[in-house]
Amino acid sequence: MHKLSTIKTTASSRDQTRADLLFRGFTALCAIGLILIVVGIFIELLMNSWPAIKKFGLSFLVSQKWNPVPGIEEFGALSSIFGTLATTAIAMLIATPMSLVIAIFLVELAPPRMAGIVGGAIELLAAVPSIIYGMWGLFVFAPFMQDHIQPFLGEVIGGPLFEGPPMGIGILTAGIILALMILPFITAVARDVFLMIPNVVKEASHGMGATTWEVTYKVVWPYCIHGIVGALFLGLGRAIGETMAITFVIGNDHSISASVFSAGTSIASTLANEFTEASEPIYLSALFELGLVLFGLTVVFQIVAQLWLRRLRKSTGGRA
Amino acid sequence: MMMPAEKSDNLFCSLAGLVDERKTSTTVDSDPSKQAVKISVRNLNFFYGHHQALFDNTIDLFANQVTAIIGPSGCGKSTHIRTYNRIFELYRNQKAQGQILLDGEDVLSPEMNLIDLRKRVGMIFQKPSPFPMTIFENVAYGLRLHYRIGRNELADRVEMALKRSALWDEVQDKLDRPGTELSGGQQQRLCIARAIAVEPEVLLMDEPSSAIDPVATAKIEDLIEALKEKYTIVLVTHNMQQAARVSDYTAFFYNGSIVEFGRTEQIFKKPAMKQTEDYITGRFG
Ligand SMILES: Nc1ncnc2c1ncn2[C@@H]1O[C@H](COP(=O)(O)OP(=O)(O)O)[C@@H](O)[C@H]1O
Ligand SMILES: [Mg+2]
Repeated sequence: MHKLSTIKTTASSRDQTRADLLFRGFTALCAIGLILIVVGIFIELLMNSWPAIKKFGLSFLVSQKWNPVPGIEEFGALSSIFGTLATTAIAMLIATPMSLVIAIFLVELAPPRMAGIVGGAIELLAAVPSIIYGMWGLFVFAPFMQDHIQPFLGEVIGGPLFEGPPMGIGILTAGIILALMILPFITAVARDVFLMIPNVVKEASHGMGATTWEVTYKVVWPYCIHGIVGALFLGLGRAIGETMAITFVIGNDHSISASVFSAGTSIASTLANEFTEASEPIYLSALFELGLVLFGLTVVFQIVAQLWLRRLRKSTGGRA
Repeated sequence: MMMPAEKSDNLFCSLAGLVDERKTSTTVDSDPSKQAVKISVRNLNFFYGHHQALFDNTIDLFANQVTAIIGPSGCGKSTHIRTYNRIFELYRNQKAQGQILLDGEDVLSPEMNLIDLRKRVGMIFQKPSPFPMTIFENVAYGLRLHYRIGRNELADRVEMALKRSALWDEVQDKLDRPGTELSGGQQQRLCIARAIAVEPEVLLMDEPSSAIDPVATAKIEDLIEALKEKYTIVLVTHNMQQAARVSDYTAFFYNGSIVEFGRTEQIFKKPAMKQTEDYITGRFG
């Protein structure tokens, strides 16, 4: 072998600063491109919805009228916004505790073989296209809701929340389907977050005489909360914009009702259903404005998430 | 690691010198048989799955003494002390056989209350492991787990633990800062404070200063000297100078067996076993 010093170096052909500059320029370009795309989408939505904004003003956001009949058109987003928020809330309410419990079980308690199998299944579920959830929801789950769950809830709990004829489809069914859809997603991310905790921290906590439960909520939890909240917001982001799974089972009715049994609509499913029907420019524009509202909702949730995380980081000390 | 004979003899002398220097300042009963045994280990075997890592370990640890465990990397030092608080049980395929008596109580018996055991036997890890919470809460952690105590008492005890671990002066005006913001050496002393806050009987330290700088190491060594008045200390170290400086007894481990155990003085000055001598003179390691 040659001595290394006798081999010609490649330094002459490799200009350190120039390569760095090129690389930095390229990455910066990508980042700027991303921002431009987002801004572009926003401007496009705004321009297209301008006629509707001019015609209906703020009443668009608070009115639940949705009347596309040419000549007497009147559009209000409230029923769609309500349906979006209601189904998302139901989904998060169900999916959050379940996915966290499953993730903790997989990481802390399940035998490794089982954790492997269940973990694989969950990742598979997370990859199932949402239209499949929608079809399954309509043909299998909705009838089941109609025959068993809804009558049961109506009788046992009742009240204005669980009122009305069990139709199978509706806000509740859509919320549950949504929950099932985002559950594997949140679980998979949360599990990876839990797995990232260094063993020594867990050992230190057990070494102080803490039980598994105490270790989990006193040490693992604060260690992970940053990532967990991130996982939840990813799930929320999916739920809020989810289209196909919901369109099949929500009932697509522009109305607001206190009962979760009743049919409703969400922004995304309204868009999916009605774009092809929108013949009049003002109808189309109203749909674009709905899209703008959805865009705004997601942005607001993102900002809230970021602010909340920043506060958390301060109170739990850097790591979280 | 091989060293020229002359050089290693020098090291040998200097280690023995360290022992001498220190023994003038501390008074220890020189007759082991008169000292109270805190932990008595009999025929301890340990398995990682099918791999046996400890072979018939038998040793007595004396109360209020510092026992150093030395030996080359991978010889089973960590494995050995991780049986004392049964922390190895967090892992499914690890298994200990034999007897470990803590004040006569069998640690490995199913009847032993794990929570109580770990309150009595504290552990300091090689890598500083502050919890993701404030400095105050780190130290209060064990107190909150094991006692129902009021605010004032809690604050007093936290302060006391921080003082005893020689950290108070450095952190008293930032108790509500995250523990992770401290330097490595401070983090390690925070972990010591956390461990002694619940007043354990035994402190297990697994190479506590191997990840921190020399100045911080000196502080921890001073701390060990001070702490042995109250606690029985087991100090795993691969640093023989450290063992010679701070320990009263030394056990030399090799390939999962205890080759030699005795007073630190004797181990470093006239080891009975050839293997021990080879190790402390640096002929292998
Ligand atoms: N988690 C583990 N799984 C399997 N073998 C292990 C594990 N930890 C340690 N060992 C083995 O046990 C032996 C003793 O290791 P250890 O107690 O860590 O040594 P030391 O602390 O003296 O460096 C080594 O042979 C090591 O490979
Ligand atoms: Mg070790």
